[in-house]
Amino acid sequence: MARTEIKIGGFGGQGVILSGYIIGRAASIYDNKYATMIQAFGPEARGSACSAQVIVDEEPIAYPYITRPTMMVLMSQEAYTRFSPELAPGGLLITEEELVSVRTTGQDVRHLSIPATRIAEELGKKMVVNIVMMGYFGAVARVTSKEALRKAVEVSVPKGTQELNLKAFDRGWEYVPA
Amino acid sequence: MNADPKGVLTGAHFIDGDHACCEGAIAAGCRFVAGYPITPSTEVVERIAERFPYVGGVFIQMEDEIASSIAIQGAVWAGKKAMTVTSGPGFSLMMEHIGLAAMTETPCVFVNVQRAGPSTGLPTQPAQGDMMQVRWGSHGDYQIIAVVPNSPQECFDFTIKAFNLSEQYRVPAFVMMDECVGHMTERVVIPPAEQIDIVPRRWFKGTPDAYEPYRADADLVPSMVKAGDGFNIHVTGLTHDEHGYPNMSVAAQDKLVHRLREKITRNVESIVEYREDQIEGADVVVVTYGITSRTALPAIARARRDGLKVGHLRLVVVWPFPEQRIRELASRVRAFVVPELNLGQIVLEVERCAAGKVPVRLVGHTGGTVHQPDDIYQAIITSGKGR
Repeated sequence: MARTEIKIGGFGGQGVILSGYIIGRAASIYDNKYATMIQAFGPEARGSACSAQVIVDEEPIAYPYITRPTMMVLMSQEAYTRFSPELAPGGLLITEEELVSVRTTGQDVRHLSIPATRIAEELGKKMVVNIVMMGYFGAVARVTSKEALRKAVEVSVPKGTQELNLKAFDRGWEYVPA
Repeated sequence: MNADPKGVLTGAHFIDGDHACCEGAIAAGCRFVAGYPITPSTEVVERIAERFPYVGGVFIQMEDEIASSIAIQGAVWAGKKAMTVTSGPGFSLMMEHIGLAAMTETPCVFVNVQRAGPSTGLPTQPAQGDMMQVRWGSHGDYQIIAVVPNSPQECFDFTIKAFNLSEQYRVPAFVMMDECVGHMTERVVIPPAEQIDIVPRRWFKGTPDAYEPYRADADLVPSMVKAGDGFNIHVTGLTHDEHGYPNMSVAAQDKLVHRLREKITRNVESIVEYREDQIEGADVVVVTYGITSRTALPAIARARRDGLKVGHLRLVVVWPFPEQRIRELASRVRAFVVPELNLGQIVLEVERCAAGKVPVRLVGHTGGTVHQPDDIYQAIITSGKGR
């Protein structure tokens, strides 16, 4: 796969940065590809529309920022409003079904959504919503192998929460839209 | 000698440049850090504070950057390898003590994660605006060594390099990162301790009665002792003779300041480091350092696809500047292009060495982000068409 530019968006506290970190770690440590992650800093990372950007490539990455993301994972309405216009034509847009209301704008994108918050609540902890999203993203986008992404989840989440997070990941991976 | 395995986190990590810098310092043997947190360098000292208890290091969060930059020098004279970490506004406060470290030949490392200035500027955004300040910021004639990484991996590698050069030449050494490199997360491979070369302090081998604190060895660098080990030492910012005592004579000043300069200028060839790509036969040479060495790559590749002969000279050590190499190239190439995240600093050095033989084109940028490769491409094309 050639250079893939991914943007993760949501509000601060949803695990946006961790999600970007997990993709990058999966690609660069467990899949032997190259990955560069850059996260939003400043006030936006602590409340409003927060984002992380990840580039995954088979070749070393020269230019470190994303220019035209081809994949987006968005977990809040504000992030959707702010970031979705940047998505490249034909790009992949994954949203949290109940937190983002997607307008039909005629934008040429492949849109998929998942009720990740509901799934996370079923698992007993709303906090793992980002990991459900990561599982679904992984299955749909195939930027990394499943093993690499799952391993990156396991080693990146707080100790004692691995089992719950891996369940969340698997639920996301297996999710089939109704 | 090899790194102390206790401090080396061997393996592949996905960490940012700030954290990698911290690991580089620990691997290099740094066991004292004093700092005053400032964006975008804070993550370096955060990690130091977390890691030091496990490796026997001491971290002090000081009252300000002035105190930080002198606390590390006390620690060095007590025998530790030491570092401080800051960004532009803090770096400005440290200038007097950088001069003191140069004058007293105190080996220590300053990390500056550059953000856009002047003044408090853009705290969370990159720039390369402190490249002349690091060379000339303190008063008087002195020399320093500065390395500039372009990735988290290099933040690890070059922090070790800075410590080693600092110890070898007894000068303050600088790791000139920028916000982009500091906050960028990538794979960082930390080798086993036995594969990391560490330059130990130049301890004096003789007896106390034979010791003169500033009697230089053949390479113009004197050996050190640890305060409290029974040797006579005197550390002063005043002009001093071999004994370390103030000596206000013109002769002492002339001898000391010349040696402080020449211990670097005479060893330039062993200190400078640069990476070259397709320099042979190049018409245009792009001179880069730090993050611009990456943002220039798509521009260079595109210009080559257009048929232009473009070379890339990437500075790893920016100070001392590789004057000799730029002079040689100036008589062979048609133009230099120098992109930097400031409005013209290192380009002045390139111009000085090119000495009017060929045009030198700056691609300036006030910071806040990195260059668009297209801007660098346009400069290469314009320079290639010139003459």
